[in-house]
Order: sequence, then C-alpha cells, then structure tokens
Amino acid sequence: MPTLPPVKTRHTGWMLFWMTVWGRSYPRVVGMQRERSWLFFDIFLPLMGVSAYVFVYRAIHAPEDYIGFVIVGGVMIAYWMNVLWGMSSQLYWEKETGNLALYIIAPGPLMACLLGMAVGGLFATTLRALVGLVIGSLLFNVNYTVVSFPFLFLVFLAAMIALYGLGMATSSIFLLLSREAWHIANLAQEPIYLVSGFYFPIKSFPFWVAAAGSLIPLTLGLDAIRQLVFASGPSLGFISVPLELGILVVLALVFLFVSYLLLNYMERLAVREGKLTDIRS
Amino acid sequence: MVEIPSIETSGLGRIYKVRAAQKGEQKQLVALQDINLKVSPGELFGLLGPNGAGKTTLIKILTTLLSPTSGWARVSGIDVSKNPEAVRQRINMVSGGESSGYGLLTLRENLWMFAQFYGIPSGEANQRIKALLDIMGLSDRANTRSAQLSTGLRQKMNIIRGFLTDPEVLFLDEPTLGLDVGAARDVRSFVRDWMNDDPRRTILLTTHYLVEAEELCDRVAIINKGRVLACDSPAALKQNLQKESIFEIHLDTTQPLDAHAFDAIDCLNSVHLQPVDNHTVMEVYLEEEAAVAQVIGRLTEKSARILSLQKREPSLEDVFVKLVGASIEEVENADSPAS
Repeated sequence: MPTLPPVKTRHTGWMLFWMTVWGRSYPRVVGMQRERSWLFFDIFLPLMGVSAYVFVYRAIHAPEDYIGFVIVGGVMIAYWMNVLWGMSSQLYWEKETGNLALYIIAPGPLMACLLGMAVGGLFATTLRALVGLVIGSLLFNVNYTVVSFPFLFLVFLAAMIALYGLGMATSSIFLLLSREAWHIANLAQEPIYLVSGFYFPIKSFPFWVAAAGSLIPLTLGLDAIRQLVFASGPSLGFISVPLELGILVVLALVFLFVSYLLLNYMERLAVREGKLTDIRS
Repeated sequence: MVEIPSIETSGLGRIYKVRAAQKGEQKQLVALQDINLKVSPGELFGLLGPNGAGKTTLIKILTTLLSPTSGWARVSGIDVSKNPEAVRQRINMVSGGESSGYGLLTLRENLWMFAQFYGIPSGEANQRIKALLDIMGLSDRANTRSAQLSTGLRQKMNIIRGFLTDPEVLFLDEPTLGLDVGAARDVRSFVRDWMNDDPRRTILLTTHYLVEAEELCDRVAIINKGRVLACDSPAALKQNLQKESIFEIHLDTTQPLDAHAFDAIDCLNSVHLQPVDNHTVMEVYLEEEAAVAQVIGRLTEKSARILSLQKREPSLEDVFVKLVGASIEEVENADSPAS
C-alpha cells in the first residue's frame, strides 16, 4: 500500500481565517448552483407573489414607481429568506448533521466558518436576486433613474453586512434554542415583510413604527435603495440616504460584534453543558 | 529526555445533567469517572466497551468538544480545557456513521473544504486527496456528489477526511461501522500502514469489534459504566485467562437453560448462554479442563443435544466477560429500554 507523506504547509492566523471563510462559502458559491430547481423555487414562485402586488397597484392606478418599489422589495425578500433560513438556522442544522463538531475541532475559527456561510449565502442569493430583478423589470417595464452608482453600491454593501451580521448573531441563539427556533423563524417571517416595507414605502407608517422597523437592516437598506434608483424615491423616503447609510454602518458593526460575542458564549456554554452533540456515550 | 504522552488523563470524570421524567427536575448521569490513562506517541490505543460505557464521552473531552467535570486531560502535553485551540492544531476525529460534508459537493470538494479548515494549501490538499482516494479505491468516485454515495463509501470519505490533515493524534470512534467486510479490512490495513510510516503518530480507537481491536491495537482499555476496568496489551490481557480452559458448546435447543444448573460443578468459573438462530451457544470457563466431562453429563441430564464442542483460546471478548461478568452484547441488551 503506498505511503502518505506528512503535510508540508499549514497556514495559521489570518491566512487560516480566510481559508476557512473560503472553504465554508464554497458549498454555497458552487454547490447551491447545481440544483437547477432554484430557478423555479427562488425566481418563479417569488415573482408570482410580487406580481400580485403589481396588479393591485395597477388596479388602483398607483404611481408607476410603486411597481418598481415592489420589484426591488421582492428581490430583497430573497436576502431576508436566506438570512432567516440559511443563516440563523444553519448552525442548528450543522449540529444535526455532525458538521458543527468537526468545525469546532478544526483549527480554523468558528467565526470564520460562520462568515463563510454568510459570504456564500450572499453570493448565491445575489445571483438569484439579479435574475429576479432582470426578469421582473422586463416583465413589468420598470424604469430606473440611478442617482449615484457608487452610493448605491455602498448602501447595498452596508445593508448586506448588517443583515448577514444579524443572521450570524441569531444563528448562535437559534442553536441554543434548538427546535424552538423554527417557531421563532416562522413567527419572524411575515411581520418582517410588513415592517420592512417590502411592498410599500415605510414612510406610510407612523414615524416610531418605521424607526422600530429600522432595526432590521433591510428596512433602511431598501428605503435608501429606492431613493437612489427611482425618480419619486426621495419624496417617498423615510429619512435622508446619508443618514440611513450611517445607521446601516453602525448596525453592521454592532451585529458583527454581537455575533462574535454570542458565538463565543454559545461555544463555551455548549462545551460546558455538552450541548454540541447528543448525550451518546 | 522525558517523552510527552500523546494522551494523558488523570482522575477524569464527566457528569451530565439530564432532564428527569418529572417536569423541572434534573438528574445526574455519570458518564465517566476517575479515568487515568497514558498513551505514548506511536501507540494505537483501543477503547473497548458496550454502548453507553463512556467511550464517546472520553473522545469528546479529548477532542475539546466537552469539558470534564473533574480531573484533567492532555493531548500532546496540552490541557484540553485550558488551551483547546492548540490541541485542535494537532488532532482530527472520525466517527462511524457520521454524515459530515455537503451532499451537493463532490467527494473531492468535500475533502478539499475540510483541508481548508486546517490551513492546508489547495495544491498540497489536492495531492493528498488524490493519493488517499487511490489508497481507498475511491478514485473513480472523486467527482461524484456525496449525496449519491452509499453509506459505506461516505464512511470511507470520512476516514480519508481524518487522515488528510495528518494529525499527531487521531481519534477513530467506531470507524468501520457500516462498512462491508472488505472495506473494513482495507481501512484496518491503511490504519496500520499509516502508523508504521511515522513513529510519532498516535491513534485512539473505539470499537465494538473485538477482533478489530485485537488485530490493530498495541494496548486496549476495557471500559464499562464510565470506568476503566483493565488496560494492557491484548496479549497480556488474554494471558491472565490462559490458566482457564474455555469451551464453546453448540446445543440443539433454543429453550432457555438455567445457568445455575451447573453451579455444583467444582472447577467451573462461569457459564454464558446465548441463543443464536435456531440453537444455543454455551461458553464454559473451567479451572480444570477435565471438568468438561461433568458439564457434558449435566447437559445429558437436561436432555440437551450437543451439536459441537470445541476448546478455544481466550479472546478479548473472554477478557471482557471475565471483567464484567457478561458479554458486550449482554450488557447492551440489559441496558436497552426494551429489556
């Protein structure tokens, strides 16, 4: 039987951190594209939901920009769904399949694994969001008037970092709550559709309702994006785009820091209580 | 120079708090108590015991997944509780029946992904993956999605994942579970070769299969109900039984025989009866070989027809029976909820 030489190179520190991020993002960047059914479940079905709102707005002769609002909102729902089901509940699933134990005993940091899930999820969802955006825009003849592409990119980036930071933070909580977490995820799904203003501008809400909804990063991100890409966007915006961007940056930093703290807490607690695996001996 | 043990434990214990049947109450489950082990570099050390004996709990502590509630454990001289990050640089683990990795990725991609978590550059990782796939006879499946692999092939993938990172200390928890006879033989052969390649490598193996432990392990610890009952080389453990004569008698009956019916025989140490298919296997441990005649006489009185009778050399199973008073299977059946 042939022999196996020892490993020559083992990276540590930041190099190991980024290798872990890339390694864990790979199943989502590459693997998730292999199931062609995503075209049906992630594009066709959400478009049907969005279409209902489009026809409602057309029936009541709402301004044409509202159609664009709905299309952009529908696209952003994909990110919320990914964060809720692909991030928050992911560590729980990793525990169930046995992967979590392997991540923990590996020298790559668990935080890098979590970041890898987020990066991979963001990539895979962006691919779906882009396809949905193009099809929806062509189908309903949406006109965009982009004020500033760099600003738009910055807002989107800040919103996504904050949103996936939130997902990373909640994943530790979901892991500790185990199966009860499913109920919380289900409970969170529809109310967030409402308070984040996926299908209408949040300016329609009383100020404090909109402000409370702004704790979900998608709310401000979506509002700022609408202000930057539609002619009537600024007049229907909640607060100014620079302020929204500033709040999103703060939310991003806070959520990432909280996720780091929660992950460490969860790992310590799980090792102490024996909750990372079942009580099989 | 004093050699640092690859694994060392002292007074190691673990108590779980589990929910009692009554709401709000907690009860304590002692999974491990007072475990003192020392495994040297280059050793292939086995842990033998029935389900629930504490083997997996011990592995979880040594692999930094679980903290002990008493005592301490070191891997490569590093305390697993105080410095888990340093321990993780040096270890890997494979469990039988695990479903690690992602079904959408190919076998090669899954292995590459795990190599990234250990900081092994892609080029070197891919070379090692190719070599290991060749050794394990999986080269033709390298680009098959792991969801499409059989349980046995997935387990081979898991085993490759463990060896891929070339750990100083490798924990194999029932590694051949789910493998067919040929595949299990290949794995055992590879494990032995891997150990022979580098004298610093260490393996801690848990297994149900006593033959596997006998074939592979330099030393074994027999563990039951969280305690180590004996620890020595398989040969030395069996040596202690050499003064006994062990007879295996196959009886043409499935009717339960009363083991106490043989109590009056002077030189009889123990009797174990196990129904197998449509007959009963009786194992008799005698101080004097000649006493077998009395056993046969007693069987004749009971009208039990003897299909075969043979004297055999003691095995690790016999060692276990001697120490625990029952076979691994009997202990597991006694502990199962159905019993």
